[in-house]
Amino acid sequence: MNNLTVTSSPHITSPRTTTGIMLDVIIAMVPAMIASFLFFGARALLLIAVCVACCVLSEAAYCLLAKKPVPVGDLSAVVTGVMLAFNLPATLPVWQAVIGSIVTIVVVKQLFGGIGCNFVNPALAGRVIMAVSFTGTMVNYAYPAQAADALSSATPLSVITAGNGAKLPLWDLFAGNHGGVLGETSCLALLIGGLYLILRGVIKPIIPIAYIGSTFIFLALFGCEAPLASILSGGLFLGAFFMATDYTTTPYTNTGKLIFGLGCGLITAVIRTFANSTEGVSYAILLMNLIVPYINGWTRRKPYGTEAAK
Amino acid sequence: MAKKLKLITNGLFNENPVLRLVLGTCPTLAISVSATGGFGMGLAATFVLICSNMAISALRKVIPDKVRIPAYITLIAGFVTIIQMLIQAFSPELDQMLGIYLPLIVVNCIILGRAEMFASKNPVLDSALDGLGMGLGFTLTLTCMGIVRELIGAGTVFGLRVFPEEYAIRIMTMSPGGFFTFGCMIALLTAILQKRGKKLISSQNKCLGCPDCAHCEEANK
Repeated sequence: MNNLTVTSSPHITSPRTTTGIMLDVIIAMVPAMIASFLFFGARALLLIAVCVACCVLSEAAYCLLAKKPVPVGDLSAVVTGVMLAFNLPATLPVWQAVIGSIVTIVVVKQLFGGIGCNFVNPALAGRVIMAVSFTGTMVNYAYPAQAADALSSATPLSVITAGNGAKLPLWDLFAGNHGGVLGETSCLALLIGGLYLILRGVIKPIIPIAYIGSTFIFLALFGCEAPLASILSGGLFLGAFFMATDYTTTPYTNTGKLIFGLGCGLITAVIRTFANSTEGVSYAILLMNLIVPYINGWTRRKPYGTEAAK
Repeated sequence: MAKKLKLITNGLFNENPVLRLVLGTCPTLAISVSATGGFGMGLAATFVLICSNMAISALRKVIPDKVRIPAYITLIAGFVTIIQMLIQAFSPELDQMLGIYLPLIVVNCIILGRAEMFASKNPVLDSALDGLGMGLGFTLTLTCMGIVRELIGAGTVFGLRVFPEEYAIRIMTMSPGGFFTFGCMIALLTAILQKRGKKLISSQNKCLGCPDCAHCEEANK
């Protein structure tokens, strides 16, 4: 009897595995990795390597200590590590990246039950904890040597907040030739990775399209003078394609995903326009992560022939 | 004698007011930013607890049942005013550090909770010892939390520098760090008590698993 695994129906098998999906996500992040190397140099690769190593090691160490099976083979810690590194500026001291990785994996992911049980995106929560703890170094952005004059000492979002958004060169914003955290600058590289994920069927395009589209519309409604420049700046593409599409922390149904994307867009636009902070993608996704259980409840599918659930 | 001693140690571990009864959470989270603040807050609350427990116990047959809560609060407020004036006079720095949380000891759930659960039913000496135990438990917990948060969040312990400030993880001195430390301390004490063989959650008597078994009418049936 011990050899049997009893589960409920439907008994559909699929060749798709967690490891395979995570491998696809890693492949999709390679263009952005190359872009970060081109713009910020070898230190970008160092930070990515440190974050990946610390995430994998701390997950293994925690699971050994807690006498749980070690899930390192599913590559999810590698994905979390790369995503966390994508959220860090290239000048960050290495020890801060180490602490951030450990907090991300142990506190945000493993203490809540590991893969599939975390209630917010671990990399984003780790980033916010680091942003609150290391206030100076987390905004000490690096700038590419060949950046345009307007972007050589300020991030695009701070230029837009200062009211000079209309002068920004859109192609530079799209290609990523400006300051910021490692993975967010190049919309082009992120778009290539995102399209790969969509073509491989790993993510559905609903959330990215709803998120980026609604951010644009809300920014325009709120009177932002350069909404196009604004959506090409900051972490919006990184967040929309890689963070807001995490299976565990997003709704199941297409309607739910649409609500999730629109909510993220609204919060991002509100923070960028009215709040004291220039960027709002992390908080938008984290806040929407928290109400995912409610969205799942509202958008539960009605079985055919029954009355709508009350 | 052993029974009297148990009244004191009870408040330190088995029924630690903060970590097992989960009372007085608000001052715990707010004041445990620094070890000194936590220690001072703990001592002030201990003083009030001992005095109010003794006064309420002595007056337990005089105070009419229907107005006991206002009567208790008045007594507690009297003692809080005394300790506040003493601290303002002799340690203005501590008064600055504790701020609004010093007068708020009046509404600290630990003090009213012990008045209602213990002092109103027990003789004066026992109530004083219970107040001492609970107060020491509160002080110990706040000081430990203060040490952890101050060390990681600011790099100091009792104001003495342990490592340079640039290596501090500042979120630990903010409210998320307070909740995090609080949760870890509860888990730690629960794990220690379980390891020592104390059965923490009873499945009988429709028990909700609250730690106040000693005074629970359901559990002692």
